[in-house]
Amino acid sequence: MPPLTRWFIRAALVYLVLALCAGVFLALPTGNPISGLFPVYFHLLTFGWLTQLIFGVALWMFPKYSSTKPRGHEWLGWLTFILLNTGLPLRAIFEPLNSNNTLSPYSGWMLVVAALLQWLAGLAFVANTWERVKEK
Amino acid sequence: MPRLSVYFVRASLIYLAVGFTFGGLLLANKSVLISPLIWMLLPIHIEFLFVGWLIQLAIGIAFWILPRFSQGASRGDERWSWAAFALINIGILIVVLQSLFGVQWLIFFGRSLEIFGLIAFVIGNWKRVKPIGM
Repeated sequence: MPPLTRWFIRAALVYLVLALCAGVFLALPTGNPISGLFPVYFHLLTFGWLTQLIFGVALWMFPKYSSTKPRGHEWLGWLTFILLNTGLPLRAIFEPLNSNNTLSPYSGWMLVVAALLQWLAGLAFVANTWERVKEK
Repeated sequence: MPRLSVYFVRASLIYLAVGFTFGGLLLANKSVLISPLIWMLLPIHIEFLFVGWLIQLAIGIAFWILPRFSQGASRGDERWSWAAFALINIGILIVVLQSLFGVQWLIFFGRSLEIFGLIAFVIGNWKRVKPIGM
């Protein structure tokens, strides 16, 4: 298993634990104390866990790009990992703050930055994977 | 990777890219209001990423890696899986039309096509869930 895949899978496992913790918070009998937590919980699970796990395994198992570059452009893979794992935590922090109206206008832009980073992570993955999806 | 898996996986990558684009717009719109109309993208974002990306990717990979038959067509009657590809993708597009134009029966029609597509895939690949070598 290549190093980048290990990073993806370990990060995915961390998000799984975080998502389940958020799920416990959402299920508190006293009511959820943090508004805006539900979309964070949902995206930790679907993006941080499921999609990140897929990214890591695809990088490892998909047909080779070429004999010299079996996993395509390695830097694009690392870029995907960095963008995903900065964008999603930013979202997890600032989305609840935003829904509680505790943000200054300046820090509201952090949510825009989070959106941009996550979007770019997706595009980087697609760009690096597209050519590896080919007939044998 | 067989040709049909290439189609499934590449289609799923397209849905991932478009779904993420809509998701980025929705998230940015929460803090910096771009337009209230962007909220109309929410059901499309969900449809593209759940059915278009996750489910379609899983089906495409399953068609590739499930055990093959040692006699006859190695992946069985592939027409069922080709039908699944067509039905799922037409279904997704019809569900999206419902989200844009609000014609309620379209969602019933689109979801039905998606389900028929999944059933077609199950029928076509049921016997491939077996020990290797049989």
